[in-house]
Amino acid sequence: MFKFIVRRILGFIPVILSVAAITFFASKAIPGGPFDFAGDRSLPEEVVKNLEAKYHLDWPGWKQFTSYMIGDELTIFRTKHEIDDVNVFIEGDKAIVNGNVMLLDNKTLCKESGYIVYGGFTIFDLDTEACGTSQGVIRGDLGPSFRYRARTVNDIINETLPLSAQLGLWSILVGLIIGIPAGIVAALHQNTIWDYLATFVAVMGVSIPSMVLGPVLIVIFANNLGWFPVAQWGAKPPYFENMFLTPGFDWINYFSHAILPVLTLGTGISAVFARLTRASMLQIIREDFIRTARAKGLHEQVVIWRHALRNSLIPVVTILGPLAASLVTGTLIVEQIFGLNGLGKHFVQSISNRDYALVLGTTLLFAVLLVISNLFVDIMYAWLDPRIRLE
Amino acid sequence: MGRLLEVNNLQTQFFTQDGVVQAVNDISFYLDEGETLGIVGESGSGKSVGVMSLIRLIPIPPGKIVGGEVIFDGQNLVKMTDNEIRSVRGNRIGMIFQDPMTSLNPVLTIGRQIMEALELHMGMDKTQSRKRTVELLEKVGISGAADQVDRYPHQFSGGMRQRVMIAMGLSCNPQLLIADEPTTALDVTIQAQIVELVQKLQEDLGMAVIWITHDLGVVAGIADRIIVMYAGQTMEEAPVRELFAKSRHPYTHGLIASLPRLDQRSGKLESIEGLPPDLVDLPKGCPFYARCKYRIPKCDKQRPKLDEISPGHYVACHIDINKDSITTEHPWEEDKE
Ligand SMILES: Nc1ncnc2c1ncn2[C@@H]1O[C@H](COP(=O)(O)OP(=O)(O)O)[C@@H](O)[C@H]1O
Ligand SMILES: [Mg+2]
Repeated sequence: MFKFIVRRILGFIPVILSVAAITFFASKAIPGGPFDFAGDRSLPEEVVKNLEAKYHLDWPGWKQFTSYMIGDELTIFRTKHEIDDVNVFIEGDKAIVNGNVMLLDNKTLCKESGYIVYGGFTIFDLDTEACGTSQGVIRGDLGPSFRYRARTVNDIINETLPLSAQLGLWSILVGLIIGIPAGIVAALHQNTIWDYLATFVAVMGVSIPSMVLGPVLIVIFANNLGWFPVAQWGAKPPYFENMFLTPGFDWINYFSHAILPVLTLGTGISAVFARLTRASMLQIIREDFIRTARAKGLHEQVVIWRHALRNSLIPVVTILGPLAASLVTGTLIVEQIFGLNGLGKHFVQSISNRDYALVLGTTLLFAVLLVISNLFVDIMYAWLDPRIRLE
Repeated sequence: MGRLLEVNNLQTQFFTQDGVVQAVNDISFYLDEGETLGIVGESGSGKSVGVMSLIRLIPIPPGKIVGGEVIFDGQNLVKMTDNEIRSVRGNRIGMIFQDPMTSLNPVLTIGRQIMEALELHMGMDKTQSRKRTVELLEKVGISGAADQVDRYPHQFSGGMRQRVMIAMGLSCNPQLLIADEPTTALDVTIQAQIVELVQKLQEDLGMAVIWITHDLGVVAGIADRIIVMYAGQTMEEAPVRELFAKSRHPYTHGLIASLPRLDQRSGKLESIEGLPPDLVDLPKGCPFYARCKYRIPKCDKQRPKLDEISPGHYVACHIDINKDSITTEHPWEEDKE
């Protein structure tokens, strides 16, 4: 088991590397660049050149990729000439670089030794000698955002992932709690009113897009009944990170914000789970071993719980992996409807902004979550079905 | 020996989209304590549905027991409540099935699957039921049983799984064991071992056995009496020797003639031409009419009744092939003495 997990994790490395390489070169292949426009206006060529130099976009692709992955320190050793044209003023705790004001904090910047590192890149260097700069993906540094110039990709993910993850996890939980029992009931009462009801609701749940369901829920429960706030989950504390640790956590406040977005997303998910569970349960209860269990005189409930359920959950577990990865990393539509500052929008916007670092950062995050949740799925399989050996 | 089971006019049907499948069509038989009854018939003749109807194991819907009674130890199983019939299943009537590969739950250990019946019917706790499970597994010939109880079905061969099924069927010392083609899915050598095992256990425990097979050869050596079923009906019923020596029904006759024999070199086996009738649309007359070599016009019009032609020998046929027919040699007659 332990060996299996270690081996699988080692196997992730080439996968993640390939994902990174493909994403990197594919996003570069899209015409245009991050500095084509500032708002509606196009920037002067000079400025674009300057900015590109600052972000190493003038380097050859392989060098950019290498420095992104392993950091500048290992890619290059002298950087002075790379930054000649950058215009920097330092005032106390602030640095003004090419007109952008940046805060000098010791997380991202160090001014004492006479150079400024920002988001892993040396942008100002008083000495001729540059020291190691970008940390690289291998050290968990996803680089600076090209678009949100005061923030790094790590900052953006740290800000938005917790809320997206909460939304995703709660919705999956709702999906499991509603979907699996509904599927079981439908299967056990096949072709009765319960089955038709559950199937009808499931079809509705799958086919009503969250774009419709979300606003409907808002109108009914927020505007008309006034039970829950319209939006703004996560805009103010309490945040998820504190909720298990902080005594006196304001659960009511938290869930009154969470309930509408979670229901909007969870409805569709529970419909998917219900249909899967129903189909697999219908198949399992026709199996010979279920007849054997009945022939033993077991009560029908025991037959279902002990003999049918575990077998019929295997398809549900199968989709749980990819589903978890994609939901945890944010759902654009639901986040937009409820005004949530989630990660979902960055998946889409980073591409149209040609924000290469953010494209790569979000994609890598998704890939890592996906391989981890698939590992989790495999472990679940082995637990559900002893015929599957983890080797 | 007392009467253990009496089945009267049992009728089971499946209500499907294609119509009403008359799977079991008015069968009656009895079984004494400790006796072995063989039920023979080709695939689809209603053997499984027939015995599963006894303990109401058919899926409802689409299935339904539409008529008849099953008197087991003085009680009518058809009329019992769900709770009552559950206390009979696995407890006083054990059952083993055809395919040991699919009849055990793949995700539970074999020990767990045997123990649950013991805990349910005999009120044992975990320790007691585990101890008894090990004993049972040893009794059915699984060596090193103490180490085997916590293994899963896929870790056993087909023959070993069928032994596990037998241990499960016998776990609560049933008065009746129903074996539904327990050897059909197994290799020939293993078939013989399983037959022998059940016979030995029957001697030790004194239960009655209903042994279902589509192969007359399998039950020839173990059954006291044999019922030949066709299209959900009894065609012939007789003590085993009488059946092989003096079978009267053309269908039985065909089955016996299709058995391979060691003393005939010619090698060509006889088979019964044609297919069984559609159970949704049974003919008015004898269901075997279309395939019968001896048929007369009356057979098509009137369904023959099951008549007792000699003590314990029942036949549903309008003619007596031994008298009426042209010369038909009785294939087993001479070896059976
Ligand atoms: N669940 C069911 N639904 C419809 N028909 C069934 C069902 N189970 C069995 N039957 C029908 O009942 C008939 C008898 O089947 P069965 O008792 O299994 O035959 P066998 O003698 O091979 O054991 C078959 O024609 C079969 O198609
Ligand atoms: Mg059968």
